[in-house]
Amino acid sequence: MGGGIGGAAFRLMRRGILLAPLWMWLLMLVAAPVLIFGVMAFATPSDGVPPFTLGFRFAAFAMLVEDFYYAEALLAALRLAATTAGLCLLIAYPMALGMAGVRPAWRLPLLALLMLPFWTGFLLRLGAWIGLLRDEGLVNHLLRGLGITDAPLALLYTQGAMLAGMVHAYLPFAVLPLFTALIRLDPALLEAAADLGARPARVFFSVTLPLTLPTAAAGFLLVFIPAAGEFVIPELLGPPEAQVIGRVLWQEFFQNRDWPLAAALALALLALLILPIRWFQRLGAGA
Amino acid sequence: MLKATGLEKRFGAVPALAGLDLAINAGEFFALLGGSGSGKSTLLRVLAGFEAPDAGALTLDGQDLLPVPPWARPINMMFQSYALFPHMNVADNIAYGLKRAGVAAEERRSRIAAALDLVGLQWLETRRPQQLSGGQKQRVALARSLVMRPRLLLLDEPMAALDAGLRERTGLELRALQRKTGAAFIMVTHDQQEALALADRIAVLEAGRVAQIGPPQEVYARPATRFVARFLGAANVLEGRMRDGVFESAEASADIGTGLPAATIAVALRAEHIRLTNADEAPVMTGILEDAAFRGDDWLLIIRLRGGARLRVVHPAPPPAPGSAVGLAWGAASVVPLFA
Repeated sequence: MGGGIGGAAFRLMRRGILLAPLWMWLLMLVAAPVLIFGVMAFATPSDGVPPFTLGFRFAAFAMLVEDFYYAEALLAALRLAATTAGLCLLIAYPMALGMAGVRPAWRLPLLALLMLPFWTGFLLRLGAWIGLLRDEGLVNHLLRGLGITDAPLALLYTQGAMLAGMVHAYLPFAVLPLFTALIRLDPALLEAAADLGARPARVFFSVTLPLTLPTAAAGFLLVFIPAAGEFVIPELLGPPEAQVIGRVLWQEFFQNRDWPLAAALALALLALLILPIRWFQRLGAGA
Repeated sequence: MLKATGLEKRFGAVPALAGLDLAINAGEFFALLGGSGSGKSTLLRVLAGFEAPDAGALTLDGQDLLPVPPWARPINMMFQSYALFPHMNVADNIAYGLKRAGVAAEERRSRIAAALDLVGLQWLETRRPQQLSGGQKQRVALARSLVMRPRLLLLDEPMAALDAGLRERTGLELRALQRKTGAAFIMVTHDQQEALALADRIAVLEAGRVAQIGPPQEVYARPATRFVARFLGAANVLEGRMRDGVFESAEASADIGTGLPAATIAVALRAEHIRLTNADEAPVMTGILEDAAFRGDDWLLIIRLRGGARLRVVHPAPPPAPGSAVGLAWGAASVVPLFA
């Protein structure tokens, strides 16, 4: 250390310079949109461009409370996000265990495979799901070809299709932190458990699982938080009644052109997600 | 009790065990001594069941151990890092193995108490490992293994993570515990002092094989190979050959000792067995004092012989000035023949 006051000032300046892009990023992509939405939510919808006139009205927020449709959409979104995150974790644990269990030389190729879907367009991948699941799609062709079914099964536009798409899109976010936690786990702990008489399954439940639980919770939130605002997947794969908040938001913005209501909805979702986000930050600090 | 024959293990192209034979007796304190890469840790992991050997046999009381998975082996291990479960307190750590063995809660409690009593940590039951000092962790790890009442306990560098000041006392406690429990201990260490001080028998490992095995005093006094002589107590090794019953060493440009076995290819001479001669005494050999270092109790002298070899000599008094010619003498029994 050292350098006295001049050194301290220099370090502070250097820190400022290093952090400046981060602050710019936060200002432009987080603070500014929230501020704009905040102003918009109190405005009055109109027919102009933009489709609102500034004001100070609580009508949009009142609507959120009065019409249960919106509360239900919020709940449906949280339910979908929780189910998606739970399923992702269930699949991620065996995947991460497998990836951490192989020889180190194999880990990078497996990681690359995990990230491979990110190299193709998101919509393209959803299109592939539609191609697989529609009535004349690959799965139904296969089922009929094998003589398992006569008529095509309704696979697309179901809860199942929506969940499959959600899990497919968000799985890497659950696998990556778990994989990191598992390879950091001291192998001597697992050996000590085996040495003391624990079979592999017991080693997992008594040592591996408790020691990676904070990371699993972080992985859950890492999926849950963005999944709660998801609208493309329910729109393209889900049933019409799956009116999650993301979809409703989209409709209010682009079909009903009620921007103040949409802005209020967006703020409500943000407020709902603040708690899980805080929780996630605490887990991050602890890990 | 434990018998290993022809154990082989390779990691890629590197052999860690190269046909190792070893027999451990019930109730003995056995030390596996070797440098890094000697295969001592691999051997311990093979005994515990964490590594499967490529070839060889391993039996415990005549029963084949190799097909037995680690969780079913009646052997326990104390890890170098102690490997205490960080999410459990001391009592739960010790209870872990008892629970797996299906020991009833009541007996568990009394055995945990007895194990903590054995290592003198009764008052730490509810602490977490993170709240313990290094020495306390070591004792908890020991208690966690001993509570299983193993007939054979493996200890991987049990004192390596302790402060130097704690090591001596802990070592003696370890030996006392071994005597008290009657379990056989196999301790892996790279510290020769530790091995010599604590073990009933030691095996010096070199390149995946046992170079020499025996009681510490015997191995120390009569090393059989150059490697053992240098590794244990850093003995002087003089190369040469036997001719007409006399060992000739060009390095020393002198004949050293008679009556050595015909197969002798080098001799070992301990630094503490060589003394400087007085003016009125005929030296066995002469040399030039090259360097001297004060070590507290004594001086370490480096003496160059006429043939170019350098001898380490331990001298109890202030040495003559560097560059002086000195005469050296030793008892005939101090010359140890080496065969490899």
